Amino acid sequence: MSDLIEIRWHSRGGQGAMLAVRTLARAVIKDNKYAQGLPEFGPERMGAPIKAYNRFSTQPFSLYCGIVNPHVVVLLDPSVTKLVDVTEGIYADSKLLVNIELSTQEVREKLKLKNGIVYVVNATKIAQETLGRPMPNTPMMGALIKIVPVISLEVLLDEVAREFKEKFTPRVVEANLAAIKRGYEEVSGE
Amino acid sequence: MARLAALTGNNAAAEAIRQIKPDVFAAYPITPQTEMAEEVAQYVADGILETEYIPVESEHSSMSACIGASLAGVRAMTATASCGLAYMWELLPIAASMRTSIVMAVVNRAFNAPLNIHCSHDDSMGARDAGWIQLYSENAQEMYDNLIQAVKIAEDEKIRLPVMVCMDGFIISHAVERLLLLADEEVKNFLGEFKSAHPLLEVNNPVTLGACALPDYYTEHKKQHSEALRHSLGKIMEVADEYARLSGRSYSLFESYQLADAEYGIVILNSAAGVTRTVVDKLRKEGIKAGLLKIRVYRPFPATQIVQALKNLKAIAVLERTDSFGGVGSPVFTDISAAFMEAPTKERPLMINYIYGLGGRDVGLEDIEKVYASLQVINQRGKIEKSFAYLQARE
Repeated sequence: MSDLIEIRWHSRGGQGAMLAVRTLARAVIKDNKYAQGLPEFGPERMGAPIKAYNRFSTQPFSLYCGIVNPHVVVLLDPSVTKLVDVTEGIYADSKLLVNIELSTQEVREKLKLKNGIVYVVNATKIAQETLGRPMPNTPMMGALIKIVPVISLEVLLDEVAREFKEKFTPRVVEANLAAIKRGYEEVSGE
Repeated sequence: MARLAALTGNNAAAEAIRQIKPDVFAAYPITPQTEMAEEVAQYVADGILETEYIPVESEHSSMSACIGASLAGVRAMTATASCGLAYMWELLPIAASMRTSIVMAVVNRAFNAPLNIHCSHDDSMGARDAGWIQLYSENAQEMYDNLIQAVKIAEDEKIRLPVMVCMDGFIISHAVERLLLLADEEVKNFLGEFKSAHPLLEVNNPVTLGACALPDYYTEHKKQHSEALRHSLGKIMEVADEYARLSGRSYSLFESYQLADAEYGIVILNSAAGVTRTVVDKLRKEGIKAGLLKIRVYRPFPATQIVQALKNLKAIAVLERTDSFGGVGSPVFTDISAAFMEAPTKERPLMINYIYGLGGRDVGLEDIEKVYASLQVINQRGKIEKSFAYLQARE
């Protein structure tokens, strides 16, 4: 279980974190690894700060609980930092992936970060340009598997295409795939 | 051939129901079971599943419809949670004492008030004396496997009792995980056809079911029911063995993990057993002899087997996700205490009852570690000061 990666997502209700953790888990499992996508349900209203969790491993695990010491923190909406300590329980070398238009240095100063490794991607802008609406979840999924290469980009794109084509029009599916690719390409870190 | 799948607990239960192919599925949607009821409805609407789906107006009606269907001689299933199960209350003992073969998925959720949609075991533990068989599932894989086995147990001509199959709301019902599924043909062949002993619709052989029994015969009916439930343990194991040959996954009345030489043990049900197992591994590496007993079959209660598994331990904590308000402890604790009372053994571990995880309160590795630490303290003192306490609660 030494290769277990624990990822904590911080977001607001309606930004697609639940879909992201579930779809990522399904993609990793299809790649014959072990994974969990566990949304934390609160009062289910748009805009409320929420958490969601992913665990990835090459070995079975049986952790049916929240993540207090994440290896990776995904910040889908930086405005939740006013309400939640997103760095709670992180390790010195935990990765923080932030959806923001700022540089890694600016994020470090803004969040007063003493440790961790910061990665940034402007997922909202990517979503706006590809999907035409500010849904940052799919570009963030692309960015996440770039910095946590548990599966290839192709495996993720296949799974998203398979799931989305049952719910959305071909145009929306294509736009999401493009958003994932851009998130994957445009993420940059310290 | 096993199929690798990535499903939520609700998806996995719906998949099991699709493969089980009930003739009647009567359900009312309730959080956190809704996804399951919707998925089964979708299968029926898409023509994938040939089932009479009865979209009832309440759980009182869903259980009534299932009782009628099962007595008529067909396979009947339903699913519910929390207040939905409570609303069925009047029908639960009827389903059991009329010896129906209904299988019901229960997605464990707390009772109101305060309003809460998250996991407690209030619902199924409240229904423990209704005369049903109860199986508990740690994860989506176990929920899937237990549902399939439940149908075979419920429909056995020597058992003919309804079975409740439980999993934790949200923690399991809404989380995606990896599991293996059987092929449709394998499930079909494993279960065979439901053959009712006295189908109500067999017009050439008319029978009366659910008749009145006055004080002169009511007791005998209940005694037969009680004995049937107790005798079902053997059949539950037989079905588990047959299922293991088919699936490669072994089930028993309970799971003993590192118990053989353990000094400190936790008894627990459902998803928190997974967290506990992880803590046992960690403590074992530190040289602490920790163990776990995860109950799968809670009704009938495997008293003798549980005493046998626990009697050599020094201290035990029974962790429960429900409170028997005003009692001497929660249901599993009082059952284990009673089991030790009637056992021939003089060896008895020190035993404490902790209430945890109510209304979905997360139980993590640290919480479980604290429980094992408290057991070491109890053992050093050689006695229990207070046998019942709330974990994780603000004072």
